Amino acid sequence: MDAGAPSKTATVISVDEQFRSIVGSDHVRPAISTDSVAGVQPKLVVVPGNETELAEILRVSNDAGLAVVPCGGGTKLGWGNPPARADLILSTARLNRIVEHVWADLTVTVEAGCTIEKLQEVLARHGQRLALDPLWPDKATIGGVLSTNDSGALRLRFGALRDLIIGVTLALPDGTLASSGGKVVKNVAGYDLPKLATGALGTLGVITRAVFRLHPLPRKTRTFAISVSDVEQTQHFIHVVQDSKLAHTSLQSEFSGQAPPISHILFEGTEAGLDAQEKQLRTLGGSARVLEAPPSVWSARQEVWTLTDPENRVIAKISILPANLGQTMELLQRTAHANHLRWRALVYATGIGCLRLEALPEALRDTLQSLRRDLERQGGSLVALHRSEKVPVFDVWGNAGDTLPLMKAIKHQLDPRNTLNPGRFVGGI
Amino acid sequence: MDTRILDDLRAIVDGRGLISSPEELHTYECDGLTNFRVIPRAVLLPASTEQVQKIVRVCHRERIPFVARGSGTGLSGGALPVANGIVISLARMNRILEVDFPNARAVVEPGVINLDVTGRVQLQEYFYAPDPSSQSICSIGGNVAENSGGAHCLKYGFTTTHVLGLEVVLPDGSLVHFGGKTLDTPGYDLAGVFVGSEGTLGIATKIILRIVKRPECVRALLAAFPSTNEAGAAVSGIIAAGMLPAAIEMMDNLAIQAAEAAVHANYPNCGGLLLVELDGPVAEVETLMTHVNEICHSNGASEIRMAKSDAERALVWKGRKAAFAAMGRISPNYIVQDGVIPRTALPKVMSEIERLGQAAGLRVANVFHAGDGNLHPLVLYDRRIPGQEENAEALSSKILELCIAAGGSITGEHGVGEDKKYAMSKMFAEPDLATMQRVRSAFDPLQLSNPTKVFPTPRLCGEKPGEYQPHPLETSGIAERF
Repeated sequence: MDAGAPSKTATVISVDEQFRSIVGSDHVRPAISTDSVAGVQPKLVVVPGNETELAEILRVSNDAGLAVVPCGGGTKLGWGNPPARADLILSTARLNRIVEHVWADLTVTVEAGCTIEKLQEVLARHGQRLALDPLWPDKATIGGVLSTNDSGALRLRFGALRDLIIGVTLALPDGTLASSGGKVVKNVAGYDLPKLATGALGTLGVITRAVFRLHPLPRKTRTFAISVSDVEQTQHFIHVVQDSKLAHTSLQSEFSGQAPPISHILFEGTEAGLDAQEKQLRTLGGSARVLEAPPSVWSARQEVWTLTDPENRVIAKISILPANLGQTMELLQRTAHANHLRWRALVYATGIGCLRLEALPEALRDTLQSLRRDLERQGGSLVALHRSEKVPVFDVWGNAGDTLPLMKAIKHQLDPRNTLNPGRFVGGI
Repeated sequence: MDTRILDDLRAIVDGRGLISSPEELHTYECDGLTNFRVIPRAVLLPASTEQVQKIVRVCHRERIPFVARGSGTGLSGGALPVANGIVISLARMNRILEVDFPNARAVVEPGVINLDVTGRVQLQEYFYAPDPSSQSICSIGGNVAENSGGAHCLKYGFTTTHVLGLEVVLPDGSLVHFGGKTLDTPGYDLAGVFVGSEGTLGIATKIILRIVKRPECVRALLAAFPSTNEAGAAVSGIIAAGMLPAAIEMMDNLAIQAAEAAVHANYPNCGGLLLVELDGPVAEVETLMTHVNEICHSNGASEIRMAKSDAERALVWKGRKAAFAAMGRISPNYIVQDGVIPRTALPKVMSEIERLGQAAGLRVANVFHAGDGNLHPLVLYDRRIPGQEENAEALSSKILELCIAAGGSITGEHGVGEDKKYAMSKMFAEPDLATMQRVRSAFDPLQLSNPTKVFPTPRLCGEKPGEYQPHPLETSGIAERF
């Protein structure tokens, strides 16, 4: 919201009382500078205690024409374009219950504000897990991880959130609480709105709860590091493994301008199964060096995010065809060399990767935009996730293709007043 | 529909792609669910995306409802024509356009038969995972519409898991592309919404599929239990032991008898038969199979057999996959139901089904995907006996209500279609359905694409608010207003 618009300020004050009457005075506070969203300062933080309160806050805000930024743990609140307006932060911090873990059915119903770590702890008591390894699980919440469609190394075997979520409840800006999907793994009744909400960056509704299918925790795991001399051999190795009968859970490769590439592979299963797979891996690896590695290598993505010099860095998510891995990394190396950038990339065998570039701000913007054009030409994409304030503003999403009018129509149907996260999503949604 | 419009349509598909004679139209009056029948005004058989677009543009211009159709094997009436509407059959668009092994993708047209995708990639030891029982005749386009499952979706997921991208003709005739060959294309997951929308959001004209490498080995085990209760307990034991089999199927005694009569699968005669399939690396599968064996024994299995060869395994599956059709061997008529329950509710729901069957004086055979709680109770009846068909339908509906009450779903894989739209409001609250309708309006504001399906209709569907006008279904004698 435009800070200089007095009428809007007046509106905020008048609805402030309504907010307090809905959630209690203790759960409404003025926003402070650390609450700013991608450089835009909201005015209030409202923390409803249940989904009915949340829907009511949303309705009142919508009626008053206020822009709402839904927020979970806040770990990825900077993802997306800066909001066109931001009046209040709607926090799910108090919606943090695990409603129902039906371990015998391998399902869990959980509120949006529950952290991943807390959920996994409860599931582990029955030897189960949500088969997902998102960033910062100690702070990241179910709602935030869903809205940003965050996924990690486990995706290769278990799919993304879209494949794990089986039900969702959304609070819409008009105050509607709508559920879709259900509590059973197999269900084709009605539209699959859990998938629509996943990755929508909170622009269609606020996720208040979700139901997931679960997987058993592995009996045993074993991780190996595979070292080959260059990018081309890495590509070859990945292809050989992917085209083999190995039943690996994860496969990732790390590249940078400084060191030769290294790949990691994770196996899960019984002792006998792991022994057999290790043997096969060593055969497939040929001349590559194959060493057992600690499980800590699976937090490599989070390390890419360790920002020692946040002023001069961008971090982006890339998605490419797995077979284009080699050429993409070579392109990166050439581009980095030409523009004097330091870079590091972590790419999973799914073709999804995380890229960190370090250089002067203008060079970063130009390089990212040129890389994006190259990736889009091959059918891929590049979405900027972190951009330091000094880097000139550019659209973080890239090309939305021929579906933008349809996406806008969906947005208009569910959020006609543009209340939720205005301007943050693809194509200005 | 006046002849001018028919001429316009004929011009698009060059004569042989248009069917309008009453005799030929009968072929299209229903799909695999035969108790609803509507004769369409015409059937169009386009050969290309451009032709589909042109047809849909005419429909949009003239406000003619259309229903897309694949092989017509659907079991919920999803491809039931709309009176005064047209059917767009995708049967002629049946090319596999591209197979990309390095990226494990296949690009196909909607009329491609499910099993033909596997046929095309099996030499390289890949397969297309979703395997509905009708996979030798059903089309990928139909699978996309219904989000088809199959026995192996417990481990491999559903059609939606394997569809990465779609080329779609929207109900206004515009062409759009959802998803793609790469994952996570920026924007809403429109492919996720489209798959399983039962033809109500547009027509898929090209589909990007994921193909999967064949596992190193596949092993199947048959275990005979005194009743489905013990079999169900064994299933819970397998899940509790942290295993995720490729498939767990269960059949009760009636279903076993029918399958035996039809395909001589050599099943043991027992009260509850469990079929467990594990796949993966040999060492892993053998270790786990020993464990499954123990679990079955400790839950009272009287007989356990391992399918020793691929041929034996194929025979085991043949009995299961033929189970629906096999009912014809033991009953003149039957209704196939498709409901889902949380697996933990199985013993309670099974005994309740038995009680309801006895009360109605009807036999119910049970075949189900036990791993994910997807029940297929088959209500057996004889149409020649007055009143029995109505009783059977009532019983089938009651079984569905049991599923909803147990926290399950009215359909696990067959879809809502025409058959179950009445039950949608029992499973979902009004705001839930209204939200889905809002999404639908974004795709199809004029409600032209398979307009009468999926959603319950407080008004007769297709009817505009305002002064009374007879609905097409009324004028054709199919519906009545009360």
